Amino acid sequence: MLFDVLSNIRVAPRTWRMVLEGDTEAFSAPGQFVNIAVDGKFLRRPISVCDYEEGKMTLLYDVVGEGTRWLSQRAGGDRLDLLVGLGNGFDTEVSCDAPALLGGGIGVAPLLNLARCLVAAGKSPVAVLGFNKGEDVVLVEELSALGVPVYVSTVDGSRGSKGFVTDALRENNLNPDYFYACGPLPMLKALCALPIPGQLSLDERMACGFGVCMCCSLETVNGPKRICKEGPVFKKEELIWK
Amino acid sequence: MEMKKHDTSVVLSGVKLDNPVIPASGCFGFGYGMTEFYDINILGSFSFKGTTRDPRFGNPLPRVAECAAGMINSVGLQNPGIDKVISEELPKMRKVYHKPVIANISGFSIDEYVECCEKIDGEEQVAIIELNVSCPNVHGGGMSFGTCCESVAEVVKEVKKVITKPLYVKLTPNVTDIVSIARAAVEAGSDGLCLINTMLGMRIDTRTRRPVIANVMGGFSGPAVFPVAVRMVYQVSKATGVPVMGCGGVQSASDVIEMMMAGATGVQVGAANLRDPYACKNIIEDLPAEMDRLGISSLSEIIGACK
Repeated sequence: MLFDVLSNIRVAPRTWRMVLEGDTEAFSAPGQFVNIAVDGKFLRRPISVCDYEEGKMTLLYDVVGEGTRWLSQRAGGDRLDLLVGLGNGFDTEVSCDAPALLGGGIGVAPLLNLARCLVAAGKSPVAVLGFNKGEDVVLVEELSALGVPVYVSTVDGSRGSKGFVTDALRENNLNPDYFYACGPLPMLKALCALPIPGQLSLDERMACGFGVCMCCSLETVNGPKRICKEGPVFKKEELIWK
Repeated sequence: MEMKKHDTSVVLSGVKLDNPVIPASGCFGFGYGMTEFYDINILGSFSFKGTTRDPRFGNPLPRVAECAAGMINSVGLQNPGIDKVISEELPKMRKVYHKPVIANISGFSIDEYVECCEKIDGEEQVAIIELNVSCPNVHGGGMSFGTCCESVAEVVKEVKKVITKPLYVKLTPNVTDIVSIARAAVEAGSDGLCLINTMLGMRIDTRTRRPVIANVMGGFSGPAVFPVAVRMVYQVSKATGVPVMGCGGVQSASDVIEMMMAGATGVQVGAANLRDPYACKNIIEDLPAEMDRLGISSLSEIIGACK
């Protein structure tokens, strides 16, 4: 499906925000992703959807290699070939009234649309976002604009709590009954050790992104699952940590 | 009666296909996962996910690496095992696909191949059995069945004793002389051949100095391997005379015709489906215009046309 780039701007040293125009009808939940064809590369690049509305979608992505560098060089007027509405997103029904939205690094991306859905459902989420440095911090204004309290942690202590998301939770005496998380594996593992239920979005190298190649399989307590198809969001109790 | 302008049909060992386009095993699941993109009944046939006797989770992640004009995968034959394939996957497949299919069977011992082939042979919708001989032989020091004439011949002979459907051995290109392996398979009774499977490849993450793929090496596929596949199909079909399914890097109608001119009767499309789920649909729709451009009225007439 073709999407037109409306804007594509750098919002942090290695993070870009791209706004695209096109048919978003295929999306059904926050936390789904798109798979983007990149010139000169055989495989598409799976990117989490940060936010969407009818006819418009926002992606927040880090430049980590040649594919995402190419993506960062697109500008208004360019057209991209996307597979959309991929994967199973966050289930916003099961959480309590005040769930915590926990993001690490570029893993914060899907939390914006998730927050919007939770707020629309009458819930009062709290966000805790972890980054390496203060200059990496993104999405605070957008989440605050929804009325969501936002706490920040940085590994170097240059903004918010020094340390990780778990440190910010402790320092701010946040004791949520439920969490939604997306971020690096060590962070997700640490969150799963907390005595509260939650859902986690996983990141993995993918080929097709729509469930036929079996390149992103995960062993869960319910048998093998595809991160691109049954995931990327899994319930905490489904995951097996080795 | 008006003559049909574009005859795209081909016949593989008595199995008539509306067109030669066949998604390759491992790139199309059991078909039902692709119906969200298009009606898969437009396909000539498809080869379903490689099936083994026991359920397999496969290899650790990452299983995939990007390459110039291709990709490396090391999935490790993840599948639910032959019994669940028959009881759960094939019924789901039947609901959405109403044409003959190709069963891709793998094994780690002769016994396993024989047991799986005998079971799948009884499935009505299975028209052809495709034998993946690229797996290591656990009783033969771990060397792949497909890299040695004797082991290929042995597995073909034993499987042929228990099946009624045509058998196509899927050859690995990771050998010194693919023609001798092909001849051994045909002399042992293989009705046709499918080639090529993936080429062994590797990528290294130069930042971490570690292999990108957890299993270190994997199968390289994609448009980069197309010339190798064309060459091997050409050599093997000329040398053996049996029908061939050509496979490797095909991504356009023009590639399909080139592969057929090399000697292929059926043409499998693998990695292209993973980049573009509409790849086979586009190829099938583009075939008539490509036939017009080249003055071809019947595709079956061009099989092996390259002298």
